[in-house]
Amino acid sequence: MIRYAVRRVALALVVVAGVVVLTFVIADVVPGDPATSWAGPHASAAQIARARQYLGLDEPLPVRIGRYFGGIVTGNWGISIHTHRPVLSDIGTAAPATVELVIAALIIGVLAGVPLGLAAARWPGSLADHVIRAGSVLGVSMPVFWLALILQLVFAQRLRLLPVAGQYDPNLIFSHPLVSRTQMPVIDSLISGNWPMLGSTLTHLVLPAVVVAAYPAGVIARMTRAQVLDTLGETHVQMVRSLGFPERTVFGTFAMKLAWNPVAAVLALVFAYSLVNSFLVESIFDWPGLGSYAAASVATLDTPAIVGVTLFVAIAYVACNLIVDLVQAALDPRIRLR
Amino acid sequence: MIRLLRANPLIAVGGAISLLILLVALAAPLIAPYPADAGSATHPEMALQAPSLQHLFGTDQVGRDVFSRVIYGTRVSPFVAVLVLLIACAVGIPLGVIAGYFGGIGDEVIMRITDVFLAFPSLLLALAFAAVLPPSLTSLTIAIAITWWPWYTRLIRGQAASVAGRPYVEACRALGIPSWRILLRHVLPNSVTPLIVQVSLDFGGVILTASALSFLGLGAQDPTPDWGLMVAEGENYFTTQWWLVTFPGLAILLAAMAFTLLGDGLRDVLDPRRVPLR
Amino acid sequence: MKLEIRDLQVRFGGPDTRPVASVPELTVDGGEIAGLAGESGSGKSMTILAVLGLAGTAGAAVTGSVKLDGQELTGLSGAALRAIRGRRIAAIFQSPSLAFNPVFRVGQIVSRTLRMHGLAAGQARERADAAMRSVLLSPELLRRYPSQLSGGQLQRVAIALALALRAEVLLADEPTSALDVTVQAEVLELLRELRDTRGMAILFVSHDLAVIAELCDRVTIMRAGEVVEQGPTGQVIAAPRHDYTRELLAAVPRIGG
Repeated sequence: MIRYAVRRVALALVVVAGVVVLTFVIADVVPGDPATSWAGPHASAAQIARARQYLGLDEPLPVRIGRYFGGIVTGNWGISIHTHRPVLSDIGTAAPATVELVIAALIIGVLAGVPLGLAAARWPGSLADHVIRAGSVLGVSMPVFWLALILQLVFAQRLRLLPVAGQYDPNLIFSHPLVSRTQMPVIDSLISGNWPMLGSTLTHLVLPAVVVAAYPAGVIARMTRAQVLDTLGETHVQMVRSLGFPERTVFGTFAMKLAWNPVAAVLALVFAYSLVNSFLVESIFDWPGLGSYAAASVATLDTPAIVGVTLFVAIAYVACNLIVDLVQAALDPRIRLR
Repeated sequence: MIRLLRANPLIAVGGAISLLILLVALAAPLIAPYPADAGSATHPEMALQAPSLQHLFGTDQVGRDVFSRVIYGTRVSPFVAVLVLLIACAVGIPLGVIAGYFGGIGDEVIMRITDVFLAFPSLLLALAFAAVLPPSLTSLTIAIAITWWPWYTRLIRGQAASVAGRPYVEACRALGIPSWRILLRHVLPNSVTPLIVQVSLDFGGVILTASALSFLGLGAQDPTPDWGLMVAEGENYFTTQWWLVTFPGLAILLAAMAFTLLGDGLRDVLDPRRVPLR
Repeated sequence: MKLEIRDLQVRFGGPDTRPVASVPELTVDGGEIAGLAGESGSGKSMTILAVLGLAGTAGAAVTGSVKLDGQELTGLSGAALRAIRGRRIAAIFQSPSLAFNPVFRVGQIVSRTLRMHGLAAGQARERADAAMRSVLLSPELLRRYPSQLSGGQLQRVAIALALALRAEVLLADEPTSALDVTVQAEVLELLRELRDTRGMAILFVSHDLAVIAELCDRVTIMRAGEVVEQGPTGQVIAAPRHDYTRELLAAVPRIGG
């Protein structure tokens, strides 16, 4: 196991190195002339030349890559052109809100997707099965930014059932101030027993989380259905049927236990996709996370910020995959021995 | 044929809608009531009118007929998807073949590069590239293509590697048959089926990605009738003029669903467990 | 205990399609091992599913008659069939390592089955232990997961389960095809014992004519879904009437020429 873990971690580090190089390409090589955007639209030739010198653009390529690498490793991810703060600190401020949103979305996705997938597999070919399959295709094909706008219009603005935007009601800050420990309002209000605030944060979380949950719910429902149907075709299921067990026990006791494997396998992928989907949704709900930060950076052509967020998410994704791989290998000896 | 379709309603529905989209795209100038509105024509005096008989989907903030623009939109995102997938295949397939069939150091290098690209969620990497390129449909296509080719490399590599290991291929090599013939006659035919399924499923994915990036302002620019762009343009008016956002978004959803259903159906039918390997 | 199959036809699709298995007559008496021989695709496995009333789960429809001690099984209600499955007619399968649910301990499956068929927990445990000893396995092994037992052991557990249920008929679908030759011999010996000491009626399905010749009292030969020859084993082997039977016999490798 140790040997497998070492191998896997080494591979992950190689990939991360490549990721950094790729982001360097995006940051330095692709844009026409970073010096121009740094100096601003009204800069003179002399100012641009000074900017070029400052940014180290006239140095040879290996030196620039080396400096970039060194910066990343030491935590210097550049300064945001827009906020004039270090990109890494901006990311640190914005990340928890996105994490909160994505985790909520994943919870909803699993809670919705697994039972629906099971139901579809239990009665294949039935109306319920077709509806669930159509629904999961719907979830997977949904343009999230559109769904966000529609749901916001219907539930928040027209029906007024849920708040329109934000993480919590700003007026509550005065009567029930929120002690910020984890930067995630839901958890913070929970651990400090701030019930009115907790209620507010939860109602504000509903719409964005449901929107982002559409994709994972769809994927998980499809995978669960496929996995259970596969299991039902296997010999051991035929055997318990031949022993006289009623179909509901065959399904509920013997087939269902194996339904969780694909969900676990796909969790990392779904996490990354949900993360990126939340980017499209955050600005619509004024959710102060990485997505809003990225959208604002795109709008202001803030290259260091864009690159910083990209790098951050990629590293998080690699780490996520690594953890899932190691956990799976620990549980299933067949994986390590390959 | 009819029996095939009835047994696989997915292919039937998905294929029908996909075909419809294709037809609409081809016949756009004939179907759209106000073709000029898909271009640079503006009619500010007719701005923001609700759906009516003259304007089935209403008019947008500069008076253009939304219905016509949505129709012309079938020429934008699906076209981007075609280009992206062509490029992805053109780059990914040869690399995959080299990696899978010839193996060795080439395999290692190509696979590590693929790993690096796949370490990014596609939308994000495309976003990053698109953000540093001048915003246009061309940049969008290139950006998405850059993020999409690794999937095809992996797919083809898997196929090529498994075929390369088969005894009859070793026999061919022993007989002195040149590699390119083996590739052409054995590797490629076996790869076609999963490739078709993957392309069909990816079509929907690229449409979604392209729309998302256009929504963020990174792709099509005004006055191009891109669905994502239309949603972005309509966002500010959404609370009162709901038709600006609803119809273009519906188009994205329908297109993505159609190709996903088609891909699903194709996968069910072409599943290797049902089709005997050559 | 007597299993009688008459005019059994198993089809995928409408009544006009060609049946994948068609058995005009097949009887297995208590204290007898009847062989059902044929290559893959001859319809043998579908026949077993049809007897158990499980052809529907594979998407097939069944016509004809299957009687157990004179009681007609086809057309019985679900509940009635489930009371018979396992309890009176048991089945063992080709790949014992695949036949047990991997996330359950072997003993859990055994005890659940026994309790489902009406035994109290303590009784179930006693019967299970006794059955394990009958197949020469330590009852300790019931605590293991299927991945921790060998193919031969698992097959014997499956037989033990049939014993514990006091099944009258045993349907064996290629039970030894996936096992080593020495282990195979042990399982075959076990089946003989079941026939002799418990008087079970055993239907032994296999593609291996050599094994059938060694084990079975009577044999039915199937090809492409149809019965081509039937009779006492010795007679069929010594004087085969159908060409296909001759081919099968000729294909059996013999040691020493």
